[in-house]
Amino acid sequence: MVLLKDLTLLNGVSGNEDAVRNYIKERAAASGAKISIDSIGNLIALKPGKKPKFKVMLSAHMDEVGFMVTGYGENGTLKFKNIGGIDERILPGKRVLVGSSAIPGVIGCKPIHMQERDERGNNIKLKSMYIDIGADKKEEAEKAAPPGDYIAFHSEFTEFGDGCVKAKALDDRVGCAIMLEMLSRQFEFDLYACFTVQEEIGLRGSEVAAYCVNPDIALVIEGTTCSDVPGVEKQEYSTILGKGAALAIMDRTAYYDRNLVRFIHEAAIKNNIKIQYKQTATGGNDAGKIQRSRSGVKVAALSVPCRYIHSPVSMMSKWDFDACRDIVGCVLGEFSENQGMIESIKQGGQANV
Amino acid sequence: MDVLSILKELSINTAVSGNEHTMSEYIKSMFEKYCDEAAVDSFYNILGVKKGLGNSNSKIMVSAHYDEIGFIVTGFEEGGFLRFSNIGGIDAKILLAQEVTIHGRKPLYGIIGAKPPHLLNAEETRKAVKIDELVIDTGLDAEELKKIVSIGDFITLKALPFSLKGNRLSSKSLDNRAGLCALALLLEELSELKHDADVYVLASTQEEVGLRGIQVAAYKLEPDLAIVIDACHGEISDSPKGEAYPLGKGPAIGIGPNLHRKLTNKIIDIAKEENIPYQTNIEPEDTGTEAWATQVSRAGIPTILLSIPLRYMHTTVETLDISDVKNIARLAARFISKGCREVGDLWCY
Repeated sequence: MVLLKDLTLLNGVSGNEDAVRNYIKERAAASGAKISIDSIGNLIALKPGKKPKFKVMLSAHMDEVGFMVTGYGENGTLKFKNIGGIDERILPGKRVLVGSSAIPGVIGCKPIHMQERDERGNNIKLKSMYIDIGADKKEEAEKAAPPGDYIAFHSEFTEFGDGCVKAKALDDRVGCAIMLEMLSRQFEFDLYACFTVQEEIGLRGSEVAAYCVNPDIALVIEGTTCSDVPGVEKQEYSTILGKGAALAIMDRTAYYDRNLVRFIHEAAIKNNIKIQYKQTATGGNDAGKIQRSRSGVKVAALSVPCRYIHSPVSMMSKWDFDACRDIVGCVLGEFSENQGMIESIKQGGQANV
Repeated sequence: MDVLSILKELSINTAVSGNEHTMSEYIKSMFEKYCDEAAVDSFYNILGVKKGLGNSNSKIMVSAHYDEIGFIVTGFEEGGFLRFSNIGGIDAKILLAQEVTIHGRKPLYGIIGAKPPHLLNAEETRKAVKIDELVIDTGLDAEELKKIVSIGDFITLKALPFSLKGNRLSSKSLDNRAGLCALALLLEELSELKHDADVYVLASTQEEVGLRGIQVAAYKLEPDLAIVIDACHGEISDSPKGEAYPLGKGPAIGIGPNLHRKLTNKIIDIAKEENIPYQTNIEPEDTGTEAWATQVSRAGIPTILLSIPLRYMHTTVETLDISDVKNIARLAARFISKGCREVGDLWCY
């Protein structure tokens, strides 16, 4: 968990992934991968195969949801807007880090004692929230945190419960951590591990990365929603914590390749690794862009279920993380043993474990 | 005394109203460093005494409550979740995606979850959540959880202190650990100054549920004069005018029927003489502090209220200016040392 801890403690709000990229660059290079960084900021690590016939693309995004400084209150507070999908309801009373020097700030709100009746009963809108960094005047605040400064959630990495982890940015540092582990292995095919940017604001980086790599087959590794909590109807559970890695059939952005999905599911079952199908078809990820890259790419997405995703207290099970990593390892291992399976899936055919 | 580190340490300690024994020994030792004696009573109030020069029989009580708002476990939900109820006034809106500690057979970490936003209807998106709709996620299965947690166990908010620009500190429970810190600073100041009266410092309990600890402590001690130290609302952009006070401008001295007018005037004079910054906190009725209970204890106790302006009260990001804590201690110490020689005359109307 050291790798995942390091990765979640770094800040990389969409468009500002530098710290995460630098960390990954060092780690990926140490495993013998050839690193390239493109103009939008994707980091593509190529681990050349021993006898490569095909290019397999793994994709995980480095960016996380956060905010940007947009203005100031007269009393020295910061006004801000979200980057990526954030539930405004969770923001009052949270800690954030502002700008490149990580200035501590808190999202304040009017105390309950001073709220009028209608204020008590209704949620606070993001447009009326502000960040307090301890400045008293507008000028002081502007000097410390100029407009356009990025803002990230602050959250410790905490292990608790039965093999659970709480952190920010589990979506998608889990994918980054698993890809780094895969880079330390050696396969027959060429492995392209794409650490993408700007997923949270519209799958921007993967579009560029997939075009550049031009893969034969692709697998997206994600942190996905997990809504198995009281107050939610059972049929609305997208995934269940602790039931293994989540394999998607379809979502708002992509139809996953049936043959590849079946292959992954069988590989997991054969190796006694916990796997579950994602039960809902909402949301989306980099697969949406990769699938439609150039003349089309067969793609699947395997995810670690994360409760309270896109919040500073995202939560996952270590067992699910291990399952996701192990399944990715098995699938790549099978492809490595028989590269013909890549060809078969690429051509729209089946492949058997 | 390193005020910042004391404030941080006091704020991360836990003592929910009614469950203060978790912190009472810690405070007793803190008082013992400067006091002639200190003792814990049956309500877990801690009373320390610092004897005066001996030429006066007066007793001055300086109090600050040390209990904090929190929760109590009310039930279990399938899958390792807990239902809970609040202790003290808490805005449910600030609880989504917060971290907590459940004080079971051993301390247990938990998260107050939120229903995913894409599953909310329009009404739920607009309307504030209620505490009875929330659950705590412990990451344990229900059976394991029941071995550690029982109904009635206490729960505290978990948040690390966060130092902001300037002299500002943001943390949980600064209401009223900041007041408690001021008591420690006051004792340190008094060891440098001479004072006639015996000074009793009181760290009191159950304030957040209705000023209960102070009621028994004040009765037992029967002081001649009381100074209450607590937090008042710090000014923010959307605070109502006249109900909140700017940070860093000095202690807010309470003015109103709850407080003794002549003594209040005296402490204002001393602030002026000693060049200690201060502001006035106008309280036309109930101050909502322990001063309310103290003033009518036994045959009546003349009471002064000194408050530390605190933003975002009863949240995990309560924010104050450290200079205000230091100045409260300086002001109270100089009042005790200088102003109290003649207090007897000031009591009379």
